[in-house]
Amino acid sequence: MGDEIRVPIDSDADIVIARQQGRALAERIGFSATDQTIIATAISEVARNIIKFAKRGEIILSTTMKNPERGVVVVARDQGPGIVDIQLALQDGYSTGNGLGMGLPGCKRLMDELEIKSSKGKGTIVTMKKWTT
Amino acid sequence: MSKSNSKEGEVKKVAEPVRGETTAALLRELVAHLRQNRTQLRQEWAKRITEAKLLTAMSQEEIFAEATAVYDNYVEALETGTFEALQGYARNLSERIIPRGVETHEVVGIVLLLRDVLARSLFAKYQHDFALLNRILDAYEPAANRIANTVAVGFVQERERTIRQQQEAIRELSTPVLQVRERLLILPIIGVIDPQRSRQLTEQLLRGIRTNRAKVVVIDITGVAAMDSNVANGLVQTVEASRLLGATVIVTGLSPEIAQTLVTIGVDLTKMNTVGDLQGGIEEAERLLGVKAVPLSLIEPQTKS
Amino acid sequence: MEVPILKQGDFLIATFQAALTDEDLLQLQDALVARVGKFRSHGVIVDVTALDVMDSFAARTLRALAHMVRLRGAETVIVGIQPEVAFAMVQLGLSLEGVPTALDLEEGLAQLMKASERKGATFRGR
Repeated sequence: MGDEIRVPIDSDADIVIARQQGRALAERIGFSATDQTIIATAISEVARNIIKFAKRGEIILSTTMKNPERGVVVVARDQGPGIVDIQLALQDGYSTGNGLGMGLPGCKRLMDELEIKSSKGKGTIVTMKKWTT
Repeated sequence: MSKSNSKEGEVKKVAEPVRGETTAALLRELVAHLRQNRTQLRQEWAKRITEAKLLTAMSQEEIFAEATAVYDNYVEALETGTFEALQGYARNLSERIIPRGVETHEVVGIVLLLRDVLARSLFAKYQHDFALLNRILDAYEPAANRIANTVAVGFVQERERTIRQQQEAIRELSTPVLQVRERLLILPIIGVIDPQRSRQLTEQLLRGIRTNRAKVVVIDITGVAAMDSNVANGLVQTVEASRLLGATVIVTGLSPEIAQTLVTIGVDLTKMNTVGDLQGGIEEAERLLGVKAVPLSLIEPQTKS
Repeated sequence: MEVPILKQGDFLIATFQAALTDEDLLQLQDALVARVGKFRSHGVIVDVTALDVMDSFAARTLRALAHMVRLRGAETVIVGIQPEVAFAMVQLGLSLEGVPTALDLEEGLAQLMKASERKGATFRGR
């Protein structure tokens, strides 16, 4: 526990690697099959955002504890253009890319916690957590 | 108390050789006293339990039998300084008395009563020698506390385990996925739906669709009193997820109040196939299946080739 | 990793592997649309039984695929979506609206055959 898995995101093939690593980690700390899929799906979405908006970045996977629950932490970090209006980005149906606007609001529904830190021109850090219950 | 126990006892002996010896000796004396007066003390304890109106769910004979077993385990724990046997007995006892409705305060109560009964008998025996009484009590207190703790904690743990099991069972029961006929499932939902139950219900239904190879599902919500936007959206998701697996969902028993709520909060009911009541829903389902059943049976041999 | 496409009578069957990149998906889309025309297929089955995650890109690509195939006169059925995958999809807001689905390959084939029988009947009826 406590160890970090870093997956560099550089091309669409890395999205697959990141979500496979995430699923394996979720399985190791005892998430159900459904939750493993949910976590892998959310990782796929945030990794895709990195490619779409920033071209490259990384996904950092780790585990955490909040007795008696265990959690998985997914950090998606890039040095892209940043998100100007975070509130807007979390609204359902909103999207600046050519997506369907499912990205971040969808991830928020999939995970238990989602936090965005971003500044224009400097990049974005999305932190997501999910707890075993 | 653990001074009579091997490891800790040895460590203590180095620091306070005289006192360590004394404690062990005192506990031995204590145990001998409790063995000698076993009959009388057990009776006294059982009497006090009845007077305090504890364990009312049990008969006099049962109380006495259990009191005897607990008493003997108690004395053994004092003598050996090991608690495994007592722990095991506490768990076993809890398993038997929890279904009969014995409450936590009763179990704690009877253990404290035994402690009191034994302490009084020590007072009576050693009242002539106050210094010795004090030393005996010093040796007795920690052991007695640990015993009380062991029994009470064992009971509470067992109770929590039982409650968890019952919750699981109730949850399973409260969302039964029923196969009415081949390829048709019915999911009657009764009571309050919270997000957790909504999720569990959906997972169970999706698994059911796969294992039963269901083509049509009737979800009957006649027994659901109220629905907020979260629950309604959960229901919409259940319908969508079922379709992704290739099954059509028919929702029945939508009360006028709930229908109105759903429209007010903006849930898109047009995505949902709704029929007034369960009977109508099953008829509609059979119509859907009937239409499909004929060509299906015709083409089956071809698909296997 | 290229997705194998199998021709079975009037139908095309594409079977997904677990780890599918965006590129693979787009390739599959092009290949299927091309082959529907080449073989004058009546239907396409995309078998996603092995797919462990269906995210927004995969769902969007499948929807586009189904629409393109329809424009070329054939039907698409997505088969084998796993219960966990379906659960995650609807939470994410993906419901593959307008795209036919079926439990597995067998069901999907049955559905396509029925659809093409109906079509045949209407043509004959004219």
